[in-house]
Amino acid sequence: MSINYSERIPNNVNLASNKTLQRALEHWQPAFQEWWKEMGPEDSKSLDVYLRTAISVAPDGWAHYDHVRMPDYRWGIFLAPAESGRKVNFGAHKGDPAWQEVPGEYRSTLRRIIVTQGDTEPASVEQQRHLGLTCPSLYDLRNIFQVNVEEGRHLWAMVYLLHAYFGRDGREEAEALLERRSGDADNPRILSAFNEKTPDWLSFFMFTFITDRDGKFQLAALAESGFDPLSRTCRFMLTEEAHHLFVGESGIGRIIQRTCEMMNQHKTDDPAKLRALGVIDLPTIQKYLNFHFSVTSDLYGNEVSSNAASFYTNGLKGRFEETKLADDHKLDTGKYAVMEVVGEDIVTKHVSALTALNERLRDDWVKDVAAGVSRWNKIPEKAGIPFRFKLPHKGFHRRIGAFTEHHINPEGQVLSEAAWTHQHKQWLPVEEDHMYVRSLMGRVTEPGKYANWIAPPARGINHQAVNFEYVRFS
Amino acid sequence: MNAPSELVRQHLIDPEICIRCNTCEETCPKHAITHDTRNYVVRFEVCENCKACISPCPTGAIDNYRRVDKSMPHPIEAQFGWDSLPQESEPDEQQAPDIPDEVARITEIATAGQGGPALPPWSAAHPYVGLFTLARPAIATVTGNHRLTAEGASSAIHHIVLDFGQTAFPVLEGQSLGIIPPGLDASGRAHHVRLYSVASPRNGERTGYNNVALTVKRVLADREGNPVCGVASNYICDLAKGDKVRVVGPYGTSFLMPNHPGSSIMMICTGTGSAPMRAITERRRRRIALKEGGELALFFGARVPEELPYFGPLMKLPKDFIDINLAFSRVSGQPKRYVQDVIRERADKVAALLRDDNCYIYICGLKSMEAGVNEAFADVCRTQGMDWSTVLADLKQASRYHVETY
Repeated sequence: MSINYSERIPNNVNLASNKTLQRALEHWQPAFQEWWKEMGPEDSKSLDVYLRTAISVAPDGWAHYDHVRMPDYRWGIFLAPAESGRKVNFGAHKGDPAWQEVPGEYRSTLRRIIVTQGDTEPASVEQQRHLGLTCPSLYDLRNIFQVNVEEGRHLWAMVYLLHAYFGRDGREEAEALLERRSGDADNPRILSAFNEKTPDWLSFFMFTFITDRDGKFQLAALAESGFDPLSRTCRFMLTEEAHHLFVGESGIGRIIQRTCEMMNQHKTDDPAKLRALGVIDLPTIQKYLNFHFSVTSDLYGNEVSSNAASFYTNGLKGRFEETKLADDHKLDTGKYAVMEVVGEDIVTKHVSALTALNERLRDDWVKDVAAGVSRWNKIPEKAGIPFRFKLPHKGFHRRIGAFTEHHINPEGQVLSEAAWTHQHKQWLPVEEDHMYVRSLMGRVTEPGKYANWIAPPARGINHQAVNFEYVRFS
Repeated sequence: MNAPSELVRQHLIDPEICIRCNTCEETCPKHAITHDTRNYVVRFEVCENCKACISPCPTGAIDNYRRVDKSMPHPIEAQFGWDSLPQESEPDEQQAPDIPDEVARITEIATAGQGGPALPPWSAAHPYVGLFTLARPAIATVTGNHRLTAEGASSAIHHIVLDFGQTAFPVLEGQSLGIIPPGLDASGRAHHVRLYSVASPRNGERTGYNNVALTVKRVLADREGNPVCGVASNYICDLAKGDKVRVVGPYGTSFLMPNHPGSSIMMICTGTGSAPMRAITERRRRRIALKEGGELALFFGARVPEELPYFGPLMKLPKDFIDINLAFSRVSGQPKRYVQDVIRERADKVAALLRDDNCYIYICGLKSMEAGVNEAFADVCRTQGMDWSTVLADLKQASRYHVETY
């Protein structure tokens, strides 16, 4: 179904046919716009940005590019087309027709799942709101704005579900989504990674590469949900999420590229010399990788979780690519390996696959991150530089789960408190690193110019040149 | 002799740019895309080139093609092992292009104005010639057909877009292709092939698409003005979206644009002679941001503005990108002006371009314009203290002077 842009809220869910819902969302819309004005990208009101806007959810219509004045972006409600005859594909209800309404007994659980997912969307916009002021190029400025407006749209997607299926509770939750603030001491965002700062573009690219990838896996697991509207919403969100991952992967890749160029030009791998040359030395990038990887890893929750098990058994949240897996989709008997610390050793134990679903999703994510890191490693490899990036051990720097009370180094050895205190600055960015990276953050807004610390992209957006005027200032 | 191989465009994913997000695999309605732990790949035998995967791809990695021999595409097993896309393979250089007699004859007439076929500019891209023959034409699908000239105008000029699907039909600006009208003539023989200059740049009428545009005038009278119905032009102008057309070519190794930064181009044309000029101008326009330098100057003649193909888009081009000089010969209440008149008016500019070793000159249109343009150049040279015959000889020597008239 095509998207109706003549309505106040563009949508492909035939909103006009449900006046109560339409009015409720139209009531929420000004509050959203207020929130965007207050917490959206700073100083973006007068910019014309080359954005993609969905004009239909069909493959040929959902990536329509044009210059759009930022506040005039049309956030709307888009669901992937319904799959006829879709079933609940896992858990105790496997084989039942997928639910078009919320089953009463799962109402509060589903609401919590949706609110938790929905809360991350405005949170990341808030975390990134100052970055436009230090963009390394118009191309990058355009990319961050694209990410921001689509996170805004993902909020709309979740709010639609809350309004359409959860009555008054849902409406109250939708309001609360606009009231919490990332990093706010009194009313913070729900998940801790979304209260961290994103103070510079290295952090932003790491965030989109690593943390938005958590988004990908969470959305993919929810896209398997027996609750069909949630599944359809998440399927369309996944298509948009891919762009965010691209911004992160290519952003870090371009930073590595630039550093490698300078290393070869000046025949040095000395971080101090490279910093004097105004690029980010590879060990610093590794430290940022360690930080974002470990903080995001916490988002998957405890390795063994009865909540995760009941989400699955009840058909609410599946595994990554559930329908492509060949097993009974009930997990009554299967086992899954999880780690724990025993004395000074990390050991593997086998627990019920059903209770280990958090860990399984985390492992799927780790594999995906690792594949991206190996693609980064092709850059130094090609440049003849021996440095390789490595993901730290899963237990490194964790605040949630089996490793919380322990200090694990990136190689996976259990350290004493003293050893950790002594050594952790080698592995995590310290204030000096942050200060250095921040010192590079100037604003580059001339078309075709890129900051010294980052290489231009291999190609532009939508066939445009890399020096296209992606953002117009007026 | 071996049977000629058939070149096709194989759809491939650039592993250096792809982020393995699975969007394409999810989107493909034919399930032509698959992956291993390393790469996303396209099954040649399954992909129908429907392009459903193109716009959802966040990276552009999906939008890559390589010309391959149809019988030897890159299998997915090979694609899984790639770190980067393979180089484009060149068609077998040993194999002499198959140029039909009619095409050779038309080319001879068209290039008579420059003394027969000449060498292209030194920086021209290497053209492919005669990949598709009368015996084995390419089949293109009509994806657009609209009239360029006003409804009331005395001539009907159409803008036709042909899509080659998965068939590789590589063209450069200034090259032409042949269309074979269906059916037989009055004496029961197949119709002659007709040649048309391509009006779109090398990377497609729409960037990245495997399509070309043509500018075709519906022939309703012969040169003496007697009513006659041109077989090919009427066939083409009547084509509807979705129609299949038999195409031969590409042809042309001389009327090609220079590609080096700083090269300037002077274009002189009338009517549908504007087709190659549109292609050249569009090529330059798409590269505007690269700031490669060089000027474009256009001298374009028509009877009235309503009959000037692409008048609207032309007027929208930035003034500092192209120096446009129009001449209209039938505007009521105004004296007749032809391209040669405008060339004379712009003598200083024209002389400067003639003197510039990096400026290349292209003339395309009716045979009758040639003499007038020649005289205008001679006049310009006289006023600037140059000798046209010497200048012309030098221009030809340096492959800077290209004429295609009919």
